[in-house]
Amino acid sequence: MHKLEDNRAWFLVIPVFVLVAFNAVVPLMTVVNYSVQDIFGPGQRAFVGVEWFREMLRDPTVQSAFLRQILFSLLVLAMQIPLGVGVALLLPRSGWKSSLAIILVAIPLLVPFNVVGTIWQVYARPEIGLFGRLINATGIDYNYTASPLAAWVTLLLMDAWHWAPLVILLAFAGLCSIPEPYYQAARIDGASRAAVFRFIELPKLRGVLTIAVLLRFMDSFMIYTEPFVVTGGGPGSSTTFLSIRLVNMAVGQFDLGPAAAFSLMYFLVILLFSYVFYTIMKLNNAR
Amino acid sequence: MAEITISALCHSYDGDLSDRSRLALKGIDHVWLDGGAYALLGPSGGGKSSMLNIISGLVRPTAGRILFDGREVTDLRPEERNIAQVFQFPVLYDTMSVAENLAFPLRNRRLPAPLIARRVAEVAEMLDLGPLLKRRAAGLGAADKQKISLGRGLVREDVAAILFDEPLTVIDPQVKFELRRKLKLVHETLKLTLVYVTHDQNEALTFADEVVVMSHGELLQAGTPEALYERPSHSFVGRFIGSPGMNFLPCALEGGEIRFDGGRLPARGLAVPGRAKLALGLRPQAIRPAAAPTGIEADLIEVEERGSYRIVDLALGANRIKMRLPEDIPLPAGRFPLAFNLSSTLVYADDQLVGDLTHA
Repeated sequence: MHKLEDNRAWFLVIPVFVLVAFNAVVPLMTVVNYSVQDIFGPGQRAFVGVEWFREMLRDPTVQSAFLRQILFSLLVLAMQIPLGVGVALLLPRSGWKSSLAIILVAIPLLVPFNVVGTIWQVYARPEIGLFGRLINATGIDYNYTASPLAAWVTLLLMDAWHWAPLVILLAFAGLCSIPEPYYQAARIDGASRAAVFRFIELPKLRGVLTIAVLLRFMDSFMIYTEPFVVTGGGPGSSTTFLSIRLVNMAVGQFDLGPAAAFSLMYFLVILLFSYVFYTIMKLNNAR
Repeated sequence: MAEITISALCHSYDGDLSDRSRLALKGIDHVWLDGGAYALLGPSGGGKSSMLNIISGLVRPTAGRILFDGREVTDLRPEERNIAQVFQFPVLYDTMSVAENLAFPLRNRRLPAPLIARRVAEVAEMLDLGPLLKRRAAGLGAADKQKISLGRGLVREDVAAILFDEPLTVIDPQVKFELRRKLKLVHETLKLTLVYVTHDQNEALTFADEVVVMSHGELLQAGTPEALYERPSHSFVGRFIGSPGMNFLPCALEGGEIRFDGGRLPARGLAVPGRAKLALGLRPQAIRPAAAPTGIEADLIEVEERGSYRIVDLALGANRIKMRLPEDIPLPAGRFPLAFNLSSTLVYADDQLVGDLTHA
C-alpha cells in the first residue's frame, strides 16, 4: 500500500517552519536587508550593494576589535580547559562530598551575566573592592579602569570564575564515565599517576573536551555583557571586543547598514571557526 | 609461577565484619596449586570477582591472608605481585599501538629497550598478534583486544598467575571457541597458575582441571568437573551445574527406608544427623522409565525435544522432576513406573551431601 497521494505530512510540519521562520530566518533576513542599503530615515533609503561589507573590512576599529577578540578567546581556552580538567581530577568521584562539590562548582553558572559583571566591577575596584584592595596591598599597582593589562586580567579572571565550572562539570562527567577496570589494569601494569592521566584519562576525555572547547570558544567569542558592565570597552578601546564595537555602532552611532554588514560577517566568522575546530578535532578522534 | 594460598579470608566492602550476612566473602580457605587451571564458578554477586581482585591485590581483604609460594603478600600492591588480570571488557590504552600496549608494563618498570622489544615479540608470537603490532589498538576487534589485555599480563617474565574475570563475555560466539583454546594453549605452554571466573558452567567445565563453586560469599565445593557433576557436595552445586540441574525431592528416613511423596527406597546403613532436613538429589540422567513396577510411579506432563535427547517433565506425587532421556529410549505415555540409578541417588541433609543409596 503506497500513500504517495497523502500530503498531510506537509501540514504537520508547518508549525516547525513557522517557528524557525520567526526565530531565525525572518530576523536574519532583516539584517541582510539592512546590510545592503543606506538608510537615511523612515522611507528614505538607497541600495548600496556590498559597500558596507567592504567598508567594515577596511575599518581599523573593527580590525583591532577582531584581533583583540581572537586573543581573548585563545587566552580563555588556554586558561579554562587545563583549569577545568585539573579541578575535575581533584573532585571526589562518589558520595555526598561529590554532590556537594558539584553544587559548589556549579553556582557561578547560575549567576546572570550582568550580575557577574557587577560583582566583578565592585570586587576588583582598587579603592573599595576586596580583590582590588588586596592586590594593591601587595604593592602591585592594579587599576582596571586605568591600565589595559589590569582590565584584561580582570576580564579573564571573571570569565574563568564564571565559565571554568562548565569545563569542570564536563570533564568531571567524562572522568566518571571511565570504567573502573581501566584504573585497575593500570595499577597492575604499574602505571604512575601521570601515565594514568596521559594514557587513560586524557584520551577518554577527548569527546567532552571537544564540546568544552567548542562551547567556550563560541561563548567567549561572542562575549558582551560582562566586559560591558566592568570596563565598558576601556580603558581607551583596550577591551572593546567585537560585540561591544558592534553595539556602539548600531545603537550608539545608529549606523544600521554598516552594523548589519558587521553582524553578518561576525556570525559567519563564528560559524567558520566552530566548523574548523570541530573538523580538526573530529579528524583527531578518528585517527 | 606460584602456589596461591588463601586462608580465613573475609571481606566486607564497608570494612564491618560484624554482620556475617552482608559479607562479600565469608571465611574462605583454599589452595590454588602451582600450574593448575581453575575455574571460579557461581552466580553473579557470589563473591567471585571479589576473590579475584583480592588475589591480584586490587582489593585488600578485611581479614585473612594470601600467600604466594608461602610468602605473605596480603599487604602488597598489585604491581608488586606480578599478577596478570584480564577483565570482562577489554582494557586498552587507546592512543597506543598494539606493540606499545604490550610494552607498557615493562616501560613502567624501566626495563632496557632491547629486553622490552624481545619480550613484546615473544608475547606477540605466542598470541598471534605479530601482524597487528604496528596497528592502533583502538581499532581492533574484541577478541584481539582481549588478547592484547592478556599479552600485557604475560609480557612480564615473572608472572605468578593469570586471572580472568569473565573474559569471553563480549566475544562473538564463533571466535569464543578459538580464543578459549588459545587461552588453554597459553596455559599449557607457560604452566602458569590460572584462575578463570565465569558464571557459565560449560566454560568452567571444559576449561578447568578444577572447578571452585562459590555462592553468597562461600566456597561450596572445589573439585574436578566430574566430581562436581556426579557428587555435588552441596545442593546448590547440584542445582547450578547440569542442564537441567539436579532434582531434589524432600524425603524422610524411617526404619531404614527413604520415603518421599510418590515412593520409597531402601536405605540401610545410611546415617544422617538427627532433625536435619533431608532431600534426595537425582540427576535427570539417573532416572529411567522402568519395564516392571518399581513402586515409584510418575505422570508425564510435558516433553521438550532437544535434538539427540528429550527433557521430560514428570509429576511424582506432589513434586515435579525432570528426566533426561536419550531419543533411542521410547517414552511411555500417561502413568508409568520409574527406576532410579541408586549410585547416583544422593542424600542431602540440610543441603550437605551425606551419601548415596548404593549400599542399600
